[in-house]
Amino acid sequence: MSDFLMPSLGADMEAGTLVAWQVAPGDRVTKGQVVAVVETAKGAIDVEVFESGVVEACYVAPDTKVPVGTPLARIGSGERIITEIPAAEIPAAEIPATEAPAAVATPTAEGAAPATAPPPRPEPVVAPATAPPPRPEPVAAPATAPVAADGRVMASPAARRRARELGVALTSLGGSGPEGAIVLRDLEQVAGGVPRPVTRGGFDPDEMRRAIAATMSRAKREIPHYYLATTVDLHAAERWLTDYNRERPPEARLLMSALLMKATARALVRYPDLNGHYGEQGFQGAERVDLGMAIHLRGGGLIAPALADAATLDLPTLMTRLQDLVQRARRGGLRASEIGSPTATVTALGERGVDTVYGVIHPPQVAMIGFGSPRRRPMAVDELLAVRLAVDVSLAADHRVCDGHLGAQFLNEIDAQLQHPEAL
Amino acid sequence: MNRDQLRALVLEELTTIAPDIDTAHFDDRARLRDEYDLDSMDALNLLTALHQRLGVSIPESDYAGLHSLQALLDYLETQLET
Repeated sequence: MSDFLMPSLGADMEAGTLVAWQVAPGDRVTKGQVVAVVETAKGAIDVEVFESGVVEACYVAPDTKVPVGTPLARIGSGERIITEIPAAEIPAAEIPATEAPAAVATPTAEGAAPATAPPPRPEPVVAPATAPPPRPEPVAAPATAPVAADGRVMASPAARRRARELGVALTSLGGSGPEGAIVLRDLEQVAGGVPRPVTRGGFDPDEMRRAIAATMSRAKREIPHYYLATTVDLHAAERWLTDYNRERPPEARLLMSALLMKATARALVRYPDLNGHYGEQGFQGAERVDLGMAIHLRGGGLIAPALADAATLDLPTLMTRLQDLVQRARRGGLRASEIGSPTATVTALGERGVDTVYGVIHPPQVAMIGFGSPRRRPMAVDELLAVRLAVDVSLAADHRVCDGHLGAQFLNEIDAQLQHPEAL
Repeated sequence: MNRDQLRALVLEELTTIAPDIDTAHFDDRARLRDEYDLDSMDALNLLTALHQRLGVSIPESDYAGLHSLQALLDYLETQLET
């Protein structure tokens, strides 16, 4: 049995608002399943559980803002399922959204604990006098949801989706479909009584700007950055890419950014001092490369979710994941595991940028790799002058962990990887 | 499909990719990349959508010359006729 906590979705996050439960007490969950939606400065994020079991209790009602580390639910064997929670059962504080401090407006105190330190457990305050039930009750007598042989509540896919949007637990509903399955019309009956549907994909630009400001201020205050840059000839990569894409339909094509990400991930495997987190115990290298990718959001925002285990993905898979990540970053549906902790991050300006970008490291990471806009330019090739597609790649790295000598080798390794695109 | 229907379809896909685009005042001659901030991934997503809805697979080499909505519609009309 364990408590499912409000996760930390980045070094700058102090609190989050539980927007909706996607499960209810009694539901069986498996590791990695999305169980809740949490609103942060980065928009609405899907949060997964890290163990399998049965949801025994949901402590926090939708639309409640709580500090990072607050128990949200209890996952166990299913022996003690609580649907109505007595105040005494709630293990930690609930802070009504109106009284909670802004998630990121509070500047980190000087000398504050690094992000890897567990947040202090909030002291219990007076429990809400009327703990709101986590889900609306149907008007009729308590319904018993139809359960299939495998233990899942029987419901149509559309009903499941609508239930998720409304934050309604399927187990709280009676079904009027075939064999008592829950269908869409069963949801519409309760829709009226539901506080508000989950808004997806939206972010508050002011709040996001404050979050970026807090994180970047901390980076500049705490991390002794050093910077390097070099120019990489993309002639081989461009030719290979053109050949690869020529006979393929758009959905199977690759972009240069997929090659750049893969080359970077591979180079990080060879230079592990740039891949990991710097915490209270100093630098901790990561076992695999979860490569963050800075994504510009239309409307003026920035988010850097991770491509998990990027070094092992083949290019078509990496490309698909990249597209999926960009789409979900812009429309909503990013997962907590994706934005929680990349091990290093890439920022790529694309065709509309400038030649060189000097990144700011995102703590607790220790390296930011920047690709400027690939552009045709004169280059010396053997004894001749050639016009070739080239890109400036830069590195901002943490001097507490390594020196420019290693950083230079790392950038040269990216260069070497990009000279053999067929092997990426 | 006439030109208006084709234009409506392309604009619909464009707004899926870039929801902030104001289709009521869309400038058909403006450069998609610069005026409407479409990056290479947005462009690829647009080509994918057009392939799925119209069956027209625009090669990269052709897309490079299609800078505006007008150029794109001209190209698609030619492809759909043949």
